[in-house]
Amino acid sequence: MTAVFEPWNETRGAEIIGEHANQEGATLVILHALQEAFGYVPEAAIPMVAQALNLSRAEVHGVFTFYHDFRHKPAGRHVLKLCRAEACQAAGGDALAAHAEAKLGVLLGNTTPDDRVTLEPIYCLGLCATAPSAMLDGRLIGRLDQKRLDALVAEAQR
Amino acid sequence: MSLRLFVSRDAGAVAVGADDVALALEQAAAKRDVAIEIVRTGSRGMYWLEPLVEVATPQGRIAFGPVTEADVPSLLDALASNTPHVLRLGATDEIPWLKRQTRLTFARCGVIDPRSLDDYRAHGGYKGLERALSLGSDAILNEVTASGLRGRGGAGFPTGIKWKTVAQAKADRKFIVCNADEGDSGTFADRMIMEGDPFLVIEGMTIAGITVGATKGYIYTRSEYPHAIEAMNAAILEARRGGYLGSNVGGSSCSFDLEVRVGAGAYVCGEETALLESLEGRRGIVRAKPPLPAHYGLFGKPTAINNILSLAAIPFILAEGAKTYADYGMGRSRGTMPIQLAGNLRHGGLFETAFGVTLGELVDDIGGGTLTGRPVRAVQVGGPLGAYFPRALFDTPFDYEAFAARDGLIGHGGIVVFDDSVDMRKQARFAMEFCAIESCGKCTPCRIGSTRGVETIEKIINGERVHENLALVEDLCSTMKFGSLCALGGFTPYPVLSALKHFREDFIPAPTTLQAAE
Repeated sequence: MTAVFEPWNETRGAEIIGEHANQEGATLVILHALQEAFGYVPEAAIPMVAQALNLSRAEVHGVFTFYHDFRHKPAGRHVLKLCRAEACQAAGGDALAAHAEAKLGVLLGNTTPDDRVTLEPIYCLGLCATAPSAMLDGRLIGRLDQKRLDALVAEAQR
Repeated sequence: MSLRLFVSRDAGAVAVGADDVALALEQAAAKRDVAIEIVRTGSRGMYWLEPLVEVATPQGRIAFGPVTEADVPSLLDALASNTPHVLRLGATDEIPWLKRQTRLTFARCGVIDPRSLDDYRAHGGYKGLERALSLGSDAILNEVTASGLRGRGGAGFPTGIKWKTVAQAKADRKFIVCNADEGDSGTFADRMIMEGDPFLVIEGMTIAGITVGATKGYIYTRSEYPHAIEAMNAAILEARRGGYLGSNVGGSSCSFDLEVRVGAGAYVCGEETALLESLEGRRGIVRAKPPLPAHYGLFGKPTAINNILSLAAIPFILAEGAKTYADYGMGRSRGTMPIQLAGNLRHGGLFETAFGVTLGELVDDIGGGTLTGRPVRAVQVGGPLGAYFPRALFDTPFDYEAFAARDGLIGHGGIVVFDDSVDMRKQARFAMEFCAIESCGKCTPCRIGSTRGVETIEKIINGERVHENLALVEDLCSTMKFGSLCALGGFTPYPVLSALKHFREDFIPAPTTLQAAE
């Protein structure tokens, strides 16, 4: 299942910001909400967040760039995340990551040229007893092996 | 009569097909016209048996696993006709792996329906809060202190003393913050408890709030844990509905409410002051201490910030008394520790036991050795900042001080097992690399040291002036250890130095090649 995002729209952006602006320490909450709606945090939203929270643009930009989760442009149609932390390394994760890179023709952290698949590293999904693990568009997969990975890659490329 | 079945909704079980099995059970039952009711529980923590299916019988629950979709028709036939099945494991409580545990914190996990407040109460839930309300703040503080409970996030600071500091602080507002930012690889206890027994976390935090005089609590968890977020939010709504959050908590005059906040993929936010910054909506930059969060915490107010496992231990301590809890354990490590066995291991999962069990027992005996069947070579204890232990140190008892004495740490209780195919140079480099990726950038030893560490270990791997570069890495580690502001830079040397010390042969080119050249 592909996540469906709304195209960026200033009115809608303002509405989302307004929904959360009254919470204490709302910056991350708002950035999450924007990304959930649009699939990324559009550059144009940064000054809007700053104004709503009475912060400088630099402060909001600083928060936005600090956290690995927030995207400055949309991801591919599917996002395949492979856990690269120690428990998955111990269970053969290195070879699987290399295999995924070879199959998709992009290194971890990149999107295929056709914009179909974004391949990303993730540091621990907390599925360490059924390692190696992966996540395809929010769906969790444990006990990953080459066969399962091939199936995931094929599914993502569809 | 309807068959009552239990299938886990834990993310670890779902990742290996629990949802598919539950769906297949429903479909197969409808086809056969067999009445079933499926309760989606948390996980029992025996992940090699997931998806685990349990059935209620007059003699207690009987377990079957690991069940695949293909097994469902035959399993359902066996259940309906009460005949044997090849996946039958017997009574769940009699499975040796479960039976030899001491489950105080995880007693209900995998047993109850995590969405049901009634189920929680029917299994002893909210007894701790009830007693806490009758005791009052001072007496609760005495109980928590007497239990010997120490911070389960890894630092091991006595919880009672932390709470007392916050209780004594004067302020118009105080906060309880639950650190559920479980970023260590090899750990999943926080995730399991949020998904499997979320009311326990709510009860622990509520007791903390009543004790220190806080009316608002935050649970800060990871964006990588969508199932846990959903479970916690559902439980919070349910607790509010049941009068256990909000005003007049549990019929008392106290108010307490909770909110879940989600991080955004920054490991350093597991450090308590970085977490507070993040909660306030800022970059997760570590604060210098003092002032302590107990005096100047969230939004500048006195804050009790505890690991989720510390808070989850509280209801038992209050319900059963400090002594019952403190009777478990060894030395200054009292009570139980939910230990997480992970990586290349046959029997991985959550094993809660009293402190004192040895590393060897955990890995060889309980964990059953490696999944690949090759010899165990290295075991990383305590997450990415924990030391690598060789077999020679397998007699180390699981205890804060015993691990510290051997230049290691128990951290959050995660154990990651590697077989003999591991290249410890790569593991040492990864430790530095991870620190470089995750450093908040505030202090130089961590920010720059980690990058220089990666480069220098890279040179060692390439055989460049190996001995000189090894000395350089050791020196760098010393700078990072003593010069960093928090545990990220300060503890990254543990995996690096332990790899150098215990697995030296991986770093130094074998002398045989020299002889051959002569």
